[in-house]
Amino acid sequence: MNVVAALLAVIGMVIVVWLGVGVLKLYTLFGVVIPYAAFLTLVIGLIWRMVNWAKSPVPFKITTTCGQQKSLPWIKHSRLESPANNFEVVLRMALEVLAFRSLFRNLRADLRGRKLYFGSSKWLWLGAILFHWSFLIILLRHMRLFSYPVPGFIQTLDAVDSFFHIGLPHLYLTDVAILAGLTFLLLRRLVDAKVNYISHASDYFPLFLILGLVTSGMLMRYFLRVDIASVKELTLGLATLHPKVPKGIGVIFYVHVFFVSVLAAYFPFSKLVHMVGVFFSPTRNLPNDNRRVRHINPWWEGVPPKFLTYCEWQEKFKEQLESAGQPIDEDCYEKKES
Amino acid sequence: MALPKRDELLKDVHYDRMPEKHWMDTKPEFRPGTYCYAGDPEVVKDLGLPNPRKWQPYDEDWKLPENWKEIVLNAIRDRMDRFRSFKLFMDICVRCGACADKCHFFLGTGDPKNMPVLRAELLRSVVKGEFTRSGKIFGRLAGARPLTYDVIKEWFYYYYQCTECRRCSVFCPYGIDTAEITILAREILHEIGVNIDWILKPVRFSAEIGNHIGLQPHTIQENIEFLLDDIEEITGVRPEVPINKKGAEILFVTPSADFFADPGIYTFMGYVLLFHYLGLDWTLSTYASEGGNFGFFTSHEMMRKLHAKIYHEAERLKVKWILGGECGHMWRVVHQYEDTMLGPAPKNLEVPKCPITGTVFEHAKSTKIVHICEFTANLIAHGKLNLDPSRNDHLVVTFHDSCNTSRGMGIFEEPRFILRNVCNNFYEMPENTIREKTFCCGSGSGLNTDEYMEMRMRGGFPRANAVEYVHEKHGVNHLACICAIDRAVLPPLMNYWVPGVSVGGVHELVGNALVIPGEKKRTTDLRFQPLKGVEEEENV
Repeated sequence: MNVVAALLAVIGMVIVVWLGVGVLKLYTLFGVVIPYAAFLTLVIGLIWRMVNWAKSPVPFKITTTCGQQKSLPWIKHSRLESPANNFEVVLRMALEVLAFRSLFRNLRADLRGRKLYFGSSKWLWLGAILFHWSFLIILLRHMRLFSYPVPGFIQTLDAVDSFFHIGLPHLYLTDVAILAGLTFLLLRRLVDAKVNYISHASDYFPLFLILGLVTSGMLMRYFLRVDIASVKELTLGLATLHPKVPKGIGVIFYVHVFFVSVLAAYFPFSKLVHMVGVFFSPTRNLPNDNRRVRHINPWWEGVPPKFLTYCEWQEKFKEQLESAGQPIDEDCYEKKES
Repeated sequence: MALPKRDELLKDVHYDRMPEKHWMDTKPEFRPGTYCYAGDPEVVKDLGLPNPRKWQPYDEDWKLPENWKEIVLNAIRDRMDRFRSFKLFMDICVRCGACADKCHFFLGTGDPKNMPVLRAELLRSVVKGEFTRSGKIFGRLAGARPLTYDVIKEWFYYYYQCTECRRCSVFCPYGIDTAEITILAREILHEIGVNIDWILKPVRFSAEIGNHIGLQPHTIQENIEFLLDDIEEITGVRPEVPINKKGAEILFVTPSADFFADPGIYTFMGYVLLFHYLGLDWTLSTYASEGGNFGFFTSHEMMRKLHAKIYHEAERLKVKWILGGECGHMWRVVHQYEDTMLGPAPKNLEVPKCPITGTVFEHAKSTKIVHICEFTANLIAHGKLNLDPSRNDHLVVTFHDSCNTSRGMGIFEEPRFILRNVCNNFYEMPENTIREKTFCCGSGSGLNTDEYMEMRMRGGFPRANAVEYVHEKHGVNHLACICAIDRAVLPPLMNYWVPGVSVGGVHELVGNALVIPGEKKRTTDLRFQPLKGVEEEENV
């Protein structure tokens, strides 16, 4: 049900574009208005999201310590897993964001009779790495459509990505990788009973959407060729805020652009915000120096705790204290008198 | 309630077979052994908590306040405003499932709602359904649902099937910490009077008397005298235990279970022998006589109220610094919360410095509180202790990292270093079950009550399973740990899953091994068990 709904939503989008561009010829709407609106939504949405998170304080330092704390000088502490200062926090975060360190640690549990077995399980890590890095490189590659002249590093990236010169135009390695990654992530959601059970339509939707995006892009490049000069005219126009729509770009291009637009607009309001959210995560982005450096909680600073003080307690247990020969604190009475 | 036989308990547990029904359509079944009793109205009233009344989880009607829905929604909103963690963790989960088979309750029950992702989703779905437009429009497709009476029951059931151990957080790519979600969920439930007795009674005792078990000052002293008698009988030496001594250098705070409960008492004997050996200027307090903080399982406010005693007492006694005993969640609170909620430390406290070695504990510069394992490991490293590890030769030891000290503090090496020096037979459990990947005892966070035994045995199964492995492979017969709740709950767990394995603190083994000037030849350990070789000798 969830899968079908998500798939139908993505197919519905293709139909919308086909009607809008192919039949009603609304080139400006799909080529300019929607992309601009989506981009604005993305930027404003992400800023709103971050401001919203930032508005709530981090009242406690709740670092998850996955390695030895820094304590005695002769004990080697784990700089990456139990960072003791901000520099080490940056290292930990970098490893997390760039190499998916926590996923790399993943295990799989198996129960056979009364015995429990744990094995390393890096498939999710591999699928996630393939998908995310390919996506990033593909995004960067697209910058050649939005810049003139095209910066050197984008050209290099492009050359490296199509290094093997397979087919014409040359096949991008990242195109293959992202398809493999996405397919794995989708199949995993369908096949793994646990993951299937926890998945909502909103988990399948972005997968189908990005699959659609990738497929339309590849179709356009390798099969249903579109005029790249016209495309660049349009994209450069968008980038320089002088949008104009050249004639004769195939509908498949508008499908691609519409997928990007929907993805951008959907991004800030969905689970996809994990991309920025990960940087805000207090279990990862705080050093484990809790006993060394004091952390401030804004809603408790200056608010004294209410509790049973020693003198109140002594009043209550005076007899027991005396009978057991434990000292009575005379200061409690002096304070009372003064 | 009869506890199922060991070989039958896991019969229906499968990790790869899920129910046909959508999880939003299933209700928890309050079967004896799987839930804790409700808070006693008297206790709830004494603590000034809302909605004291007689009720039990298996009742149809939980007698919630009339405007319960409004209270809960306001409580969620309030926590969102006060905790970035909560807000963020509700937003960024991608349901990748990396956490799914990491929770000991999932591994012991196979219940999908014990997958951390789904446990969080119980709240996340309501946040989505009640607070977002998309959730209201798309409903279940977006993973949203409205807040209903059944949801409250489900929250109660599953947020008291989480021991806040944080194992899932280690594996989550965003560090989403279900413990944090559970802590806040319980806090929210408290606002409509949904709570459990086993946590609230200790909280009342701690608040009114000073420790969770309700030991009064003279009782603590009497218990300690008994322990000193035993020490004298075993070693021929009678150490002194200073109580409420003003001007001592060090205030020692430990979980109160160490004063009276087997096997915590042996650990306490270990501390006392060590301090005696060192000639330490220390004191205990019968007022601040609890390290363990059951408020931590109730609400942030309650945690603060209970922990305030320690600094308050350190100030009154004018000690220089504080030494903390072996305890799990006490140390999570000391390490992650103390300074924030009660600091800065009283002015009379100084940066802790070991009077024997002169080592300054720089890492405790702000809180002025040192863990006893840090203290002892440092002494051993400086060659200050005369140890005879062969006195522990009757034990084949493995070490259980408690969740709180490992994932909430990062103390891994210190206790291991001590163990390697005080016993000759030490074996680690499999790599994927120790250190930051350690498994909970299954009964932490206030769930160590008898009516909950089935769930405890299920939750503790992964831990027991790893012990069983080294028990069979290396003949391990003793499980060392640095947590009082572990010491209370691991013995029944071992009896159930791995009979023949005893449980005790690290400092019990220190006490066994420590050669004290003027002591007599020891023939038994601190539990009056014969040392290896002694029986044979006597029989010759």
